Amino acid sequence: MTRVVVDVMLKTEISDPQGQAVLSALTKLGHQGVQAVRQGKRFELEVTDPVDEAAIRQIADTLLANPVIEDFSVHVQTS
Amino acid sequence: MTASAQDVAGDLADVRIGVVTFPGSLDDGDAARAVRLAGGSPVALWHGTHDLEAVDAVILPGGFSYGDYLRAGAIASFSPIMREIIDAATRGLPVLGICNGFQVLCEAGLLPGALTRNAHLHFRNRDQCLRIEARTAWTGDFEPGAEIVVPVKNGEGRYVAGAEVLAAVEAEGRVLARYVGANPNGSSRDIAGVTDSTGRIVGLMPHPEHAVEALTGPSTDGLGFFTSILASILGARAVSTG
Repeated sequence: MTRVVVDVMLKTEISDPQGQAVLSALTKLGHQGVQAVRQGKRFELEVTDPVDEAAIRQIADTLLANPVIEDFSVHVQTS
Repeated sequence: MTASAQDVAGDLADVRIGVVTFPGSLDDGDAARAVRLAGGSPVALWHGTHDLEAVDAVILPGGFSYGDYLRAGAIASFSPIMREIIDAATRGLPVLGICNGFQVLCEAGLLPGALTRNAHLHFRNRDQCLRIEARTAWTGDFEPGAEIVVPVKNGEGRYVAGAEVLAAVEAEGRVLARYVGANPNGSSRDIAGVTDSTGRIVGLMPHPEHAVEALTGPSTDGLGFFTSILASILGARAVSTG
């Protein structure tokens, strides 16, 4: 088994009010050094070997992310 | 009732409008009731089957299908009944998605864009003025530019799309309705609903099915969506048989 991580983020042109709310909270807590926050999703998939990365990309593109508003990246963890 | 009025009522009652229930749907009962008040026959459809029961049109109701897990409407868009609806819709079956149903239609790729978290992050529930802009199978009974008041209630109702998609939707006259006055969720260009290029597949964030009776709604303006689709279907039948 191999762990495959899929990170999903809103596209940069789509505003992220949740990230903005986190930034606002950080500012109130005194963390002045943080200039911007964007919030996304992380999926951890346990996949039988050998990992078919094309299949994982298809999973990400059809279900895990909505390509209309989100980008994704796939990371196969090698330990 | 005169003989012809009875004929019309009988014809209307012959129109079968499917209302899908997903796990977590909330407004399927009100949608069915709205169909009945408009004179049609609502048909309950279940998410886990492949049976469209020979309906003439389908309504995807509001609610939180599959708990809104992953993204609102995402998992519902892969349900067994949606496979049939997507297939039938591409062959001309009229479909109205209300609120969560609109989210399902966008997730299914039947309508452009997506619905995202409200810009102010709050759930917004109030009576809302809308301007009906597109003439579709679901809005034919409204005068172009008609302003109506129906409830809006959502947490993820902010309509977004890429700049090119938005420009195309505007240029092709596919903005179904726009918020008038305050925009309740930060939707791009105040868009409350969109239609596909045929005018048969339509999505709307606010809730016309909650504005069909004076006792419970802010108006009866919402009834127009349900009378429109009945008239559209009867009109199509008259053409095909006449």
